[in-house]
Amino acid sequence: MDNIAGSKSSLTWAVHISVVALVALWLFPTVGLFVSSFRTADQISGSGWWKALFPSEQTLTLRTADPDSQVQQGALYVIEGNLFDDEAANGSKSEISAFGISSRELSAFAVGETAPLRDGSRITVQVNGDYRLESETEITGSRGARVFVDARTPPKFTMDNYRQVLFSGSATDNMAKAFINTLTVTIPATIIPIVVAAFAAYALAWMDFPGRALLVAFVVGLLVVPLQLALIPLLKLHLGIGIGKGYLGVWLAHTGFGLPLAIYLLRNYMVSLPRDIIENARVDGATDFQIFTKIILPLSFPALASFAIFQFLWTWNDLLVAKVFLIDATGQTTVMTNQIIELLGTRGGNWEILATAAFVSIAVPLAVFFAMQKYLVRGLLAGSVK
Amino acid sequence: MHPAIQGILTIVIGVGACVAYFYFSNQFLDKVLFPAKGKHAGRNINRANMIRPWLFLFPALFALSVYLAYPVLETLRLSLTDRRLDGAFVGLDNYRQMVTEPKFWEAMRNNMLWLFVVPAMSTAFGLLVAQLTDRIKWGNIAKSLIFMPMAISFVGAAVIWKLVYDARPPGTEQIGVLNALYVWFSGNDPQQWLTVPFWNNFFLMVVLIWIQTGFAMVILSAALRGIPEDTIEAAIIDGANPFQIFFKIKVPQIKSTIMVVWTTITLVVLKVFDIVFAMTNGQWETQVLANYMYDKLFRSFDWGVGSASAIVIMLLVTPILVWNVRNVRREMR
Repeated sequence: MDNIAGSKSSLTWAVHISVVALVALWLFPTVGLFVSSFRTADQISGSGWWKALFPSEQTLTLRTADPDSQVQQGALYVIEGNLFDDEAANGSKSEISAFGISSRELSAFAVGETAPLRDGSRITVQVNGDYRLESETEITGSRGARVFVDARTPPKFTMDNYRQVLFSGSATDNMAKAFINTLTVTIPATIIPIVVAAFAAYALAWMDFPGRALLVAFVVGLLVVPLQLALIPLLKLHLGIGIGKGYLGVWLAHTGFGLPLAIYLLRNYMVSLPRDIIENARVDGATDFQIFTKIILPLSFPALASFAIFQFLWTWNDLLVAKVFLIDATGQTTVMTNQIIELLGTRGGNWEILATAAFVSIAVPLAVFFAMQKYLVRGLLAGSVK
Repeated sequence: MHPAIQGILTIVIGVGACVAYFYFSNQFLDKVLFPAKGKHAGRNINRANMIRPWLFLFPALFALSVYLAYPVLETLRLSLTDRRLDGAFVGLDNYRQMVTEPKFWEAMRNNMLWLFVVPAMSTAFGLLVAQLTDRIKWGNIAKSLIFMPMAISFVGAAVIWKLVYDARPPGTEQIGVLNALYVWFSGNDPQQWLTVPFWNNFFLMVVLIWIQTGFAMVILSAALRGIPEDTIEAAIIDGANPFQIFFKIKVPQIKSTIMVVWTTITLVVLKVFDIVFAMTNGQWETQVLANYMYDKLFRSFDWGVGSASAIVIMLLVTPILVWNVRNVRREMR
């Protein structure tokens, strides 16, 4: 196409620029979450994530050292030190631009100025956080004086959020357990429908029996049944026959809901395999079971892989089925999507926890997606375009 | 027991049982019931081959019937009974009660809005990206980046977009992109986007459009590739500009694919529930049918009205069902 006369138009640049803009637009939200998951709570609420690489302006509340550490210099009682000493996390590279001593006037004094405290003492704060608190009388009280500073904090990234979300073990943040639960749901709920659908698809594609066309129509019709419809009757059924809420129930549900698409995709693929191979094998005396396992299954690998990815993504990302068929009152079997919903409720403002939890849950599907994208696309095309 | 070990055990048992069924049932058929040897060998093989399709099909048919076909009928029955009257038949009472609820009409109105906006926008964006990336060298990279949201769960997407829509009190630094831009350009106070009635529906739809555009793009770009080049060359020779080529030559040729994409996304929209559930839970006039149904079933425990709204969703899907089945019947002939 590139060499056809007239195709190289002045629009080329416009095309490049618009694609860059579209990609940026599509990527921007996800990158935001990813960057946020490495920032501290202060940084997230202090500045937009797109400023994460630049120093951020923050107002911090810090304290001087305890009165115990005062020394007498001539007639004065003095406490000296650095405001950031206790706050190792903030680093010593923060720069103070202004400070204050009352919560009503957070930045009343410039650095280097001397501010009078209420008890008669005076404090001077330097750019790097060094301070000098002096008083004519002995300084009393159990804690150091409170100082508010406007500080420029250099950018900083941390793994603490991931540690908190995955390993802290606290009941609300525990994504590690939810991660294992999600895997326990996902792996069988991916494999079982594939096995079941592959046998059925083979029968519908290559075995001769009465009513075959009707069964294909039946499967295709079920493709569009909204799964919400199935919730009440099936929940009642599960409770009635004693499966209750649990892994077995959620596997069966995912199997049932995934089957129409699986059978449809796999049958379309298997029908397109060459007839000769199957007939030759039949003539040689192979049973259908042998033909299926020895010939069809290996040949169908691309179709199987593409459906496997679909089903994996769908079960991993599912919320509704797990909510109805799996998660019971004890919350022991909660999956990651549900855990995040709960975090949204309980920790809606804690973006560092939310962002990290969300990223833990989307990391696996993203990895699968980028590794297996070829098969995913092939499967989509096989299923949708004739 | 450590949850990981418990998980592995359950996985092994679950998958093992399924594989064992197929293996042993076929072994039983070939070795015990109708062995292919002895004096009835020929007859036995024929009989075994008559039974085998049903052996292959049984688990699938069983699961389909129990998990999809039966619920349709059962939901229809439940929608005509009253839970409080011990499941007595009450005719259309549930439906009557449902249509008197303003929340139901709000859900209907929003659903119609979703049904129109989301497939239209996703298909349009998908087509745009497919066309733009068709001829540039890094098109494949661009495509997979736009396709990526497909892998993200609706819940994950909800968190991602909540951060975009986040609002801080006026005067403080905004950490949500939308408000940061809004304050920067208009100078107004930041808005709680998800609580602005009517418009908040569109902010929710953006999330689904963001996810579905990649799907539309992949399929439409394959369709664009499939267009015979001579028609395009002829147009170029006749002096058509790129826009005329796109709208007059290409789009008409991939019309049927556009229809397929449109219907598939329509199905997703009808079934979708997670986005509304996670982001607003139907507050501030953002209710949709699927979430309304969930509310009725699992919050108010009103199975009658819940089933009735499920039937409404089913009715909305029926045209697509009929269309699908007719396509397949034509193809099987």
